[in-house]
Amino acid sequence: MSLSSKASLQVGPDGKLKHLLTTEGLPAELVRHILDTADQFVSVSERDVKKVPLLRGKSIFNVFFENSTRTRTTFEIAAKRLSADVINLNVGASSTTKGETLLDTVWNLQAMDADMFIVRHSQSGAPHLIARHVKPGVAVINAGDGRHAHPTQGLLDMYTIRHYKKDFTGLTVAIVGDVLHSRVARSQIHALKTLGVPDLRVIGPRTLVPAQVERLGVRVFDDMVAGLKDCDVVIMLRLQSERMNGALLPSAGEFFKCYGLNAEKLAHAKPDAIVMHPGPMNRGVEIDSAVADGRQSVILPQVTFGIAVRMAVMSMLGSAQ
Amino acid sequence: MSAELPDPEALVRELAERMRGAIAADAALVGVYTGGAWVAERLHRALGLATPLGVLAVTLHRDDFGRIGLHRESRRSQIPFAVDDREVVLVDDVLHTGRTLRAALNELFDFGRPRAVRLAVLADRGGRELPVAADFTGARVEVADDEELVLSNENGKLRFAAVKRPE
Repeated sequence: MSLSSKASLQVGPDGKLKHLLTTEGLPAELVRHILDTADQFVSVSERDVKKVPLLRGKSIFNVFFENSTRTRTTFEIAAKRLSADVINLNVGASSTTKGETLLDTVWNLQAMDADMFIVRHSQSGAPHLIARHVKPGVAVINAGDGRHAHPTQGLLDMYTIRHYKKDFTGLTVAIVGDVLHSRVARSQIHALKTLGVPDLRVIGPRTLVPAQVERLGVRVFDDMVAGLKDCDVVIMLRLQSERMNGALLPSAGEFFKCYGLNAEKLAHAKPDAIVMHPGPMNRGVEIDSAVADGRQSVILPQVTFGIAVRMAVMSMLGSAQ
Repeated sequence: MSAELPDPEALVRELAERMRGAIAADAALVGVYTGGAWVAERLHRALGLATPLGVLAVTLHRDDFGRIGLHRESRRSQIPFAVDDREVVLVDDVLHTGRTLRAALNELFDFGRPRAVRLAVLADRGGRELPVAADFTGARVEVADDEELVLSNENGKLRFAAVKRPE
């Protein structure tokens, strides 16, 4: 699918967000709009009453064809703080095993008057397919599809970076680890380029870096120390355990030695560099505990900001804007 | 037509005189963004209140969200005192339909349960759509039905203007 048709599927002719499927091709202005809107919601989560009535009476369906308790919960909290009704469906365990097609499942849910679908699927492109077939006015948020995209994670990372670094246009950012299998990394790369990061780096063994990733405007390093030099932001990726047993990697211990972030390696980045991780972390595999819990880590603020960013996206999709 | 509009700075002084002694000594002023915040700041200074000034952003409680969505802004409510059991005076620049005040009350109650809530407005232009009334009013101001009464702040000087409402 071409970039422009993706953009038109998620952005209307009036420039407003209709679905959130990918950060690729999402205009910078719209990304900034989402981050600005999220600012308002950070304060909501800090109050006695952590709820506003913006999506009162709306039904939001969490449709997870691939299980993920953590991500589902963050969307559920965000929707509830906007006063929406949230229905959680672990579809992988029910309809599809009975032979129902993806679109039949969605049409059935739509017949129950859903206003928004939060979709996770192991197949890249599944949320796009759903977005093309829902009724006008029904919104789809991609909560992770295959290796393709995880746009709300990418956007919450942009929020976090903006919070600590203010401006993107002077930054050096490194994304470290298993980029090949990471939808998070793809969403980050597109968003970081859109926001004008001049020096974007990818660090990892060649077996875990996608071929031709340089085309996206990143520099590839297989030496971590060289790649971390003078970075403002270090983003660690989760090494999925199923990858460790395959042919791509010798062992978890070997990986940590070369690409695990410890204090010694982090010292090559700028002294005020921040360390990020989308979670859940493998301590001692991609990140050392001393760094994960250290003064440069912003891993827990990422989680907090993630709620606000998801509230922003949902509120923008749930109104005429 | 704006020649007939009152001087907001003079109205603030009159409003302060009406409020003096009529509100609790430990009352808190809370301005509604943005015009109400400018007025509240001036009243707070004129009345010499001890409780720090608060501000409310009401966008998250607006009843026209479904039609017009969220404004893009980073304003946040800031309530730097305990709301529970305190007399709170909401301050706004213009009282019109009453919908902003309804939203402001909802927003305020997200921070706690005040002992009492009063309302002070610089100008009342009529046209109420909700049962809302001010306890302290600077002036009643006549503007045409298709006009908005808008308070602006130019280099720290408040000024009223009547502006044609966009279609």
